[in-house]
Amino acid sequence: MHEMAVTQSIVDAVCERLDGARVRVLALEIGTLSGVVPDAVRFCFDLAAEGTPLAGARLEIAEPPGLARCRVCEAEFRLDDLIALCPCGSADVGIISGRELRIRSMEVL
Amino acid sequence: MCATCGCSDPAGTRITQVTADTAAAPHLHDHGHGNGHGAGQAGTADEDTGETRTVLLEQQVLARNDRLAGANREWLGTRGVLAVNLMSSPGSGKTTLLERTIRELAGRPPVSVVEGDQESLIDAQRVRGTGCAAVQINTGAGCHLDAGMLGSALRELDPPPRSVVLIENVGNLVCPALFDLGEAHRVVIMSVTEGADKPLKYPHMFAAADLVLLNKVDLLPHLDFDPGFFESSVRRANPRAEVLRVSATGGEGIGIWCEWLRDRVTAGPGERGPARRDSGAADGVAR
Repeated sequence: MHEMAVTQSIVDAVCERLDGARVRVLALEIGTLSGVVPDAVRFCFDLAAEGTPLAGARLEIAEPPGLARCRVCEAEFRLDDLIALCPCGSADVGIISGRELRIRSMEVL
Repeated sequence: MCATCGCSDPAGTRITQVTADTAAAPHLHDHGHGNGHGAGQAGTADEDTGETRTVLLEQQVLARNDRLAGANREWLGTRGVLAVNLMSSPGSGKTTLLERTIRELAGRPPVSVVEGDQESLIDAQRVRGTGCAAVQINTGAGCHLDAGMLGSALRELDPPPRSVVLIENVGNLVCPALFDLGEAHRVVIMSVTEGADKPLKYPHMFAAADLVLLNKVDLLPHLDFDPGFFESSVRRANPRAEVLRVSATGGEGIGIWCEWLRDRVTAGPGERGPARRDSGAADGVAR
């Protein structure tokens, strides 16, 4: 399960930015096409945060949906998985949203 | 516990240079995956006031891995070393394919190998049997290689200029797809004893591939595997990936695969940039 490694990366990155403060809320962005399952991150977070200034922090996870643009007809359409097929029939498609895996902000005390 | 490297996990990551006479006892190295994390800087500030403030961070979750991957890419680039990340499920024949590839290339160009497995030196010893240099990374509880592990392995391996480093990732079709190692190319290996619909079931892995090797094609007459359907499934997950049919035991396609490698050493470092997931505005499926 790579979510444990991902969650550990989040905790490590946030700890590097703390200056003695404690984190109350941590805002993340995990796109629906990112390959990371938000519920699994929530599950791992308490374990990863234990003993750090993030212990007990609340996670707020935004989940931007997948959006793609067809390189043939240039239409933009919603994408629920990585099997991208434009309604025009083309598979030559670029993903423009949904792969986000980002730490947005934190509320510190 | 750190699941990236298993720090504080007794079965954590180990990197072992496998020599011709490596005994069972592994040679342990710290691979430099910051041991200080999670040390817990105790919060003191502002606690008496109870006021909170919002701090914008706006950074990639895997920024650290991506930084290390960038450093690996630069290290490899300055030496003219081509690194290829081989990924597959367990049992697809990666190690047999490596042995065959090394013999077929016959030192033109020189090859060295980084082996990734949760446990054991078995694969590195098999590769070492071909006469090429090999370093084994044991990830312990970890399910994938990351850029920090590869960096340590590369320093241990010290590949010669204008050579190829083949990286056999941990057998897993899910997690390795997410971690940039600093490789020039990603190759996914599938065997005909697996389901032809795997690219549709594991699209992240296939979407990240530059080349897909369909291995064990010598077994096709005995199996109900439709290679045409497989190839169309790969294209649905990744219209730009090349698919090559090979047999590591029978030799079919191995010459073309070796040429693919030779062409890319000659051409110099690949164009693969850092992290494909960047910003979500990344050029997703179609690498």
